[in-house]
Amino acid sequence: MSVLLVLEQSGGKVSRLSWEALAAAHRLAPAQEITAVVIGAETDALAAEAAAKSVGKVVRVEHPLLKTYTADGYSKALHQLIQGQSPGQIVFPHTYQVRDYAPALACRMGQVLIGDVTGIADGPVFMRQLLQGRLNGSYRHSGNGPCFVSVQAGAFRADSVETQGNAAPAPIELFTPALDAAQIRTVPSEPFRESAQTVDLGSAQRIVSVGRGIKGAENLPLIEALAGALGAELAASRPICDNGWMPMERQVGSSGQTVAPKLYLAVGISGAIQHLVGMKGSQCIVAINKDPDAPIFEVADYGIAGDLFEVVPALTEAVKAAKQ
Amino acid sequence: MKIVVAIKQVPDRDAPVRIAADGKWIEERELQWAMNEPDAYALEEALQLKEKHGGEVIVLSAGPERVGSTIREALAKGADRAIHIVCDDLGAGAGGGLRNFDALGVARLLAEAIKPESPDLVLTGLQSEDLGLCQTGVILAELLGLPHATLILHVEKTDAGLKVKRELEEGWFQSIEMPLPAVLAMQSGGNKLRYATLMGIKRAKTKELRAVNAAELGVEAAPVATLEQISAPKKQKSTQMLGGSAKEAATALVEKLKTEARVL
Repeated sequence: MSVLLVLEQSGGKVSRLSWEALAAAHRLAPAQEITAVVIGAETDALAAEAAAKSVGKVVRVEHPLLKTYTADGYSKALHQLIQGQSPGQIVFPHTYQVRDYAPALACRMGQVLIGDVTGIADGPVFMRQLLQGRLNGSYRHSGNGPCFVSVQAGAFRADSVETQGNAAPAPIELFTPALDAAQIRTVPSEPFRESAQTVDLGSAQRIVSVGRGIKGAENLPLIEALAGALGAELAASRPICDNGWMPMERQVGSSGQTVAPKLYLAVGISGAIQHLVGMKGSQCIVAINKDPDAPIFEVADYGIAGDLFEVVPALTEAVKAAKQ
Repeated sequence: MKIVVAIKQVPDRDAPVRIAADGKWIEERELQWAMNEPDAYALEEALQLKEKHGGEVIVLSAGPERVGSTIREALAKGADRAIHIVCDDLGAGAGGGLRNFDALGVARLLAEAIKPESPDLVLTGLQSEDLGLCQTGVILAELLGLPHATLILHVEKTDAGLKVKRELEEGWFQSIEMPLPAVLAMQSGGNKLRYATLMGIKRAKTKELRAVNAAELGVEAAPVATLEQISAPKKQKSTQMLGGSAKEAATALVEKLKTEARVL
């Protein structure tokens, strides 16, 4: 069965996550049965980029009303495209944008998105995380109609999607959906940033990052002392910033900064995927957490399963002692 | 403004979880439960909108009897009344209930309960902390025929409808303007969550909590996506766990970081 792959662009280029989704699509069908879809008001450059990869065909879904992303515009346009075909699966990168419209598109076709997939086994059986990464679940699609799947960042390797040798580019087709301005009910603004980012965690060599385990802002001096001893920058997982205990600009994860320091020391962070995507490229990861089954230990090089209120002061002392 | 907030009860974040004997879900006996945190933010936004503009906040939750405690918590925080879609007795499997529904099925149940209320606004949390499907709000909008936006941190009422602040990736945001009625899936962190006061807890006992049997809503489970098996994750790296007292572990770690990892 054929696969429809919906690509997303970032800064005028097809995003890396989209190529990871293509790698996932290769698990479902041979390259010649994969149709890559690019969407927008002007898609020729994106289409050319896609045609050079190992796909069977590229479809440009083009309309002036698709210049800016809206859930209504994208759902309507893709719905019209899919109705004319009968793909076995429709694959997306699991981005904020896909999460905003793909469930509605699937619902329109009586389907459900199997979202944030981390692996595909024969069947196909789709793996995804449950309970913030504490468990994995395997999902199967049944019934008639296409199976909607979105793929988690970093789960598949994008480097396998290049064409072999000097193969000719895949053919490109144009699809013009019937859209009417009145059907698009939301008016989005241009993206903006809150303030100039003054903390660049991306260039830090060492980071001490803190999560919910710290329990309250009044306990942060413990972490600051450790960071001071290590000469490390302070960072935090989302809930700490949500609570206002640390500024948003120190947040690591999918909604914050992506970091890859030499040493990333995670204190009281359970390791939900939203956090892991922002730090798993670090050279050496240390985790301190009271729950020995916390997902953070899955990516850690060194772990201490214990009470951070005992371990962190002891560690600060040990670091200071080692420097003397 | 009449606002419906869809909330979910999920296993408490700190509660230890064990895989159930059938390998299809976790053992629910003796589990601690809590309000899904993104839903708590949705409730907070609803309560603040009501404080500013007047109206009514109705909480809606589906699940077995235990869900009642989370509904009471929402009423204690200030919601005016509640609808509980009771899902104990549906389909096969002990305590199966909602588990027999996929995301579309659950959203259909919620949509059927919402329709007769004709609210101006429907709020949900962005995702649940247990299944993490991230789609109930978006499907609800589709089923109710309403515009929607997700990852919303702030909601402002305007003459034409709403102006909302939406989170994008990597520290970017955008505003979206939309007419009412609408559905919003709320991101965590936009507001500070309130605690229930003693007075609130007392008042909650007298507020209307209407139970609707899921079967009465005329929605069949008929899932197209089924969770077949759950398992413990495999380690991506071989983690060296350092034991002993806090001091021993700390000393061992510093030694490893110096001589093995060479990052100190």
